[in-house]
Amino acid sequence: MDAMVRELSYAQAIQEAMAIAMDMDERVFLMGEDIGVYGGAFQVTGDLVERYGADRVIDTPISELGGAGVAVGAALTGMRPIFEFQFSDFATLAMEQIVNQAAKMRFMLGGEVSVPVVMRFPAGSGTGAAAQHSQSLEAWLGHVPGLKVIQPATPYDAKGMLLAAVADPDPVMIFEHKLLYKMKGPVPEGYYTVPIGKADIRREGRDLTIVATSIMVQKALDAAAALENEGIDVEVVDLRTIRPMDKQTVIDSVKKTSRLLCVYEAVKTLGIGAEVSAMIAESEAFDYLDAPIVRLGGAETPIPYNPELEKATVPQVPDIITAARDLVKGVR
Amino acid sequence: MATASKAVTDSRANLPFVYRHYSAEQLREVLHKMYLIRRFEEGAEECYTRGLIHGTMHLSIGQEASAMGICMPLAEDDQITSTHRGHGHCIAKGAEVKRMFAEFFGKTTGYCKGRGGSMHIADVGKGNLGANGIVGGGIPIAVGAALSSKMMKTGKVVVSFFGDGANNEGAFHEALNMAAVWKLPVIFVCENNGYGMSTSTARSTAVKNIAERAAAYSMPGVIVNGNIFSEVAEASHQAIARARAGEGPTLIESKTYRHRGHSKSDRNRYRTKEEIEDWMSNRDPITLFESELREFGFIDDKGIEAIRDAVAQEIAEGIEFANASPSPDISETGNYVYTEQA
Ligand SMILES: Cc1ncc(C[n+]2csc(CCOP(=O)(O)OP(=O)(O)O)c2C)c(N)n1
Ligand SMILES: [Mg+2]
Repeated sequence: MDAMVRELSYAQAIQEAMAIAMDMDERVFLMGEDIGVYGGAFQVTGDLVERYGADRVIDTPISELGGAGVAVGAALTGMRPIFEFQFSDFATLAMEQIVNQAAKMRFMLGGEVSVPVVMRFPAGSGTGAAAQHSQSLEAWLGHVPGLKVIQPATPYDAKGMLLAAVADPDPVMIFEHKLLYKMKGPVPEGYYTVPIGKADIRREGRDLTIVATSIMVQKALDAAAALENEGIDVEVVDLRTIRPMDKQTVIDSVKKTSRLLCVYEAVKTLGIGAEVSAMIAESEAFDYLDAPIVRLGGAETPIPYNPELEKATVPQVPDIITAARDLVKGVR
Repeated sequence: MATASKAVTDSRANLPFVYRHYSAEQLREVLHKMYLIRRFEEGAEECYTRGLIHGTMHLSIGQEASAMGICMPLAEDDQITSTHRGHGHCIAKGAEVKRMFAEFFGKTTGYCKGRGGSMHIADVGKGNLGANGIVGGGIPIAVGAALSSKMMKTGKVVVSFFGDGANNEGAFHEALNMAAVWKLPVIFVCENNGYGMSTSTARSTAVKNIAERAAAYSMPGVIVNGNIFSEVAEASHQAIARARAGEGPTLIESKTYRHRGHSKSDRNRYRTKEEIEDWMSNRDPITLFESELREFGFIDDKGIEAIRDAVAQEIAEGIEFANASPSPDISETGNYVYTEQA
């Protein structure tokens, strides 16, 4: 790829992807609450309304169920909507259309239709927004056959995976951690895609595999850098897609390192860590394990407002360092 | 609630409702509370700017007459559900500002023990079942509280506050229908400040007045100038009487304006400076109420000064209390997820 590479923020990378998608295909349009002149709650759509007009950058009323349903209906009938939830928490209001309609329509109609809708969900804690604006609900949607669920962790992936999502004939749900929006990274100009369903080995190592998602990828990399000084060589796998999951990359990594730590922000139980662990336990990698698999996830509580409690509720770099070290040293 | 004596009432015969209905002392207390709301929010805003409060907050500055007008005729054990813009409702229903500040500071002495913050401020003891982070989230809950009232025969009336934006959520429509079908003692109060975040009602809402939606659910729909305390209080009084008499719900649309941005990250690009300026200088609810009180002889400059001083002190003490209060211990992250059982 010889396109010019610049430093963009994660939010800018998404915005650029949406602009490219709209330039390339007239059927692509944006819908969401306050995505027009306000620029989106997190300034992801920014000034797109000035460039593409209010007919393609549509401010919806505060109507998540209806709005999501309208996007599904438009996708069903030939358009390519990108629907922004103001916060991922509000997916709860639209679950009907996402889970009962978008996800199953192709199946229920015997393959006669498809629903190429993209939905974007600003997710996660760390902003002091408390229990109803800080959740990580990706595993909810990851449980639904018919949906594809992705969690890009870098600006590069955010752009490439969004463009892949728009090109995808099926509904793609994108969970974007709010604290990533300001993260900068290299992003090539122009069109490119990053495939949905492929994990990425972000750091190679011999002693331990950390499978991380979203913001935890950077935290795992930070932990890995610290552990290097202790002579612990960590491999970091960025899962990127939780449905369909790239099992082989994780299996191969665990076969190499013989140890697995799963790190994710969502509540620990019944989540992505459980799925990755079980998948490894069922695979040929199980025989290679030198230690029990460890999960590091969010506490079994809603996200609290108090900032110290909030931090304590989700895994932080020191927690990852400790868990990784204990795992490698055999501390139970 | 004590009302003015007969003789006094006669001499006020031509005055608007509240001046006939409430004593001078009660009316001065209303002004006190409106100032308390205003100064509380200014104080909270300043603490936020100084980094003492994190997260975000939604200020109701400019909407004080609406909160006070609705809550004044409520009895102490009547209940409300509130919104993300809920500081005014909380104070109007009787909360102490020191415990609200403590909540904003994330302290254990706060109304939610530091777990909720501004967006979940509540005062269950005073009948405030809580602000809400979900637009429209409180509306069906208020209907549920009204159902409890009816089933348990407590005589309580429930008020659900929500914004103009919330009336486009399905929850609004489903809740109003049930309340009407079951004739529940609930009052729906739409505080229409013209915008849901950046989206004007003209761009989001098919009807011109939200009160028109009452017709679809066969209940009275009343429009009031939300910046005039007396108008709001009169409408609230009537709706409460109707609810208590078992005649069912009312939808009150209280037309008002928020002076500040939607939240702390708003750049006000969807409205003009002139518009904001106009509401601030020509239709400020506190100024309007103050001048009526003065005009009708319920208060003089000295009285107003005394209220302002008392409020300033209460705010300063509240912030001090919040500052000095303890933070929750991080070993307590798991508390309150489920009910503690012996
Ligand atoms: C279900 C839901 N959708 C969107 C939001 C984000 N949000 C918070 S307040 C708000 C605007 C609400 O407008 P309105 O109901 O008019 O109340 P106001 O802020 O004007 O008091 C929005 C979009 C939310 N909190 N919950
Ligand atoms: Mg509004």
